[in-house]
Amino acid sequence: MELITPLVIGLLYAAGLYMMMRRSFVKLVIGLLMIGHGTNLLIFTSAGLVRGKPPLIDPGAKVLPAGTTDPLAPALILTAIVISFAVVSYTMVLVKRTYQELGTDDLAEMRTTDR
Amino acid sequence: MNFLVVSPILIPILTAMLCMTLWGRLRVQRVLSLVGAVALLACSVTLLVLVDRNGAAVSQAGGWAAPFGISFVADRLSAIMVSLVGLCAVAVIVYAIGSLDHRRESMGFHALAHAMLSACSGAFLAGDMFNVYVWFEVMLLSSFVLLTLGGERGQLEGAIKYVALNLLSSTIFLTALGILYGIVGSLNMADIGLRIRSASDPSDIAMLTALSMLFLTSFGVKAAAFPFFFWLPASYHTPPPAISALFAGLLTKVGAYMLIRVFTVVFTTDQGIVGPTIAVMAALTMLVGVLGALAQKEMRRILSFMVIGPIGFILMGLGVAITATARADALAETLGAGVGEVLALRTAAALALGGSVFYLLHDIVVKTNLFLIAGVVLKIKGCAEVDKIGGLYRSHPKLALLFMIPALSLAGFPILSGFWPKLALVRGGLQAEAFGVVAVALVASLLTILVVLRLWAEVFWKNQPEPVQGDFCAMGFSGAGRPFRKPLMYAPIAGLAAVTLTIGLGAGPIWGLAQRAANDLLHPAPYTYAVLGDEGLERLDALGVPEHPRTRLTSAPIDADLHAEGHHP
Repeated sequence: MELITPLVIGLLYAAGLYMMMRRSFVKLVIGLLMIGHGTNLLIFTSAGLVRGKPPLIDPGAKVLPAGTTDPLAPALILTAIVISFAVVSYTMVLVKRTYQELGTDDLAEMRTTDR
Repeated sequence: MNFLVVSPILIPILTAMLCMTLWGRLRVQRVLSLVGAVALLACSVTLLVLVDRNGAAVSQAGGWAAPFGISFVADRLSAIMVSLVGLCAVAVIVYAIGSLDHRRESMGFHALAHAMLSACSGAFLAGDMFNVYVWFEVMLLSSFVLLTLGGERGQLEGAIKYVALNLLSSTIFLTALGILYGIVGSLNMADIGLRIRSASDPSDIAMLTALSMLFLTSFGVKAAAFPFFFWLPASYHTPPPAISALFAGLLTKVGAYMLIRVFTVVFTTDQGIVGPTIAVMAALTMLVGVLGALAQKEMRRILSFMVIGPIGFILMGLGVAITATARADALAETLGAGVGEVLALRTAAALALGGSVFYLLHDIVVKTNLFLIAGVVLKIKGCAEVDKIGGLYRSHPKLALLFMIPALSLAGFPILSGFWPKLALVRGGLQAEAFGVVAVALVASLLTILVVLRLWAEVFWKNQPEPVQGDFCAMGFSGAGRPFRKPLMYAPIAGLAAVTLTIGLGAGPIWGLAQRAANDLLHPAPYTYAVLGDEGLERLDALGVPEHPRTRLTSAPIDADLHAEGHHP
């Protein structure tokens, strides 16, 4: 697992950045999504991958036994997923509105505010 | 005290929620919004006064003790920043009621503006890195909607660029957070700071320095610092003036604040490398900002570039302070902590960082005001392109006078508010022997005068040019709907100008405050004690940082030095 996840994360970042460099802004959104997934996996991995040891405290015990999964990382990821859901929903609406207004999805044609 | 620390977050979020539930009732929303803004200002100023008197105040969310729960920390810098959020809130809400078109105002402006204010306060007060990320996202989402409110073509185009780059920067921030948690195993800023100080393995330190560069990139995008500023001039001039003013005053400053916070409290490794990097970024930011402003023709685009330039000055103080501290630490190891050179470098660091804090404080007021004034010009002329308008000095002398105060302050004319922080920055830079960045700062200041005088000459002094047949104003803005209410637009401008004058004329106490805030940041003890209590101080002692004062209040040997040498403006 420790070998596979970094490869997947790297692939997601690379693919996401590649998509963001494209001229179409639909691909920009897809790229953002891919990087977001990569980031979530990265948090998951960097907190340490432990198999089959959920962070449960035995009845009677007061502290977590050593070697269990870190429960904080999934909590962070859940928050990040909720946030990215909201952000992506907004971005989709923005992209649709912009396409309706401009009649193009080519980023290179959106230069009126830069002049 | 506990409630007071989180009140700058709770009051606006409550106002936003109430405004949401009263969707169709604009009049009630306006009253609520104004009351909320005034309450925010009152609470945050009270917080500032108390924090300045008693030292940093902390609220632990849910009563969970510090490294485990989420802390909200109001030290002097945070309290200064939330007070300015309150000030901006009052000014912009009054102005928006007087100027914003009916359609935009009834489509949730008040709710969104307060959501954004709450997120800004949250980011300033958060003592937990992940919490900062959450506030950043809340701030971004509300600013996205504010930016596109009304859905005009320019706004949508600007928004795509703004959204794409800011989301990328958030993702970089989250990536850096994930790696940081993996290495350090904590999210509380004070706790991370202590753990990073105790890192001794060279490979860990190298990794942490690389990681700090990820944070630098991410916050650099938010602050619109040199290589990452492109989204700002592409978007800030597109929404209605009230919204631009809110953005210009607060949003990039959150990034600048986070840079100051992260590189003083959290990352203290390899300061000899990080400091000069920030200083170079700062120098280039100043130059790009001012040269960009000289090349532009539309008033609000000129001002957009003038949002970028000052970020350079703020970062300059940070870079100089970090470099000087690193050199002082290195010298103290060989020569001893009490040697004159070491003390001189520490004084220089405090001067430069104090200059940054003062600049931050002055710039929020001035920048908000200049965008508000640009909005009035836009209402009067229907256009803000400088070669198509003119003659405002003759027709609106009061407006011209009100423009002079923030504009000359921005340029840094003596006795106005922009002069003092620049003086401190330059003195600190010279004392720390950072001659390159000081030279760039002086050149940039000189060119800023040119930008300001050009605005004055083109917009106010010269006669109104004859309109050319078939010529239209490309960046015109449809402010239709309701004729604007002049007093409601002039009152916040006059108020902010008065604040600028007060800061300039009463610079002594403000400088004292900025200096105390800088001392809090340069010594780990006050912040650590506030968040982690005695346990934090014990851990700090175990690390062996004996030259740092251990008291809760900033005992200020450096401050005293300054008074003795007469550096006090």
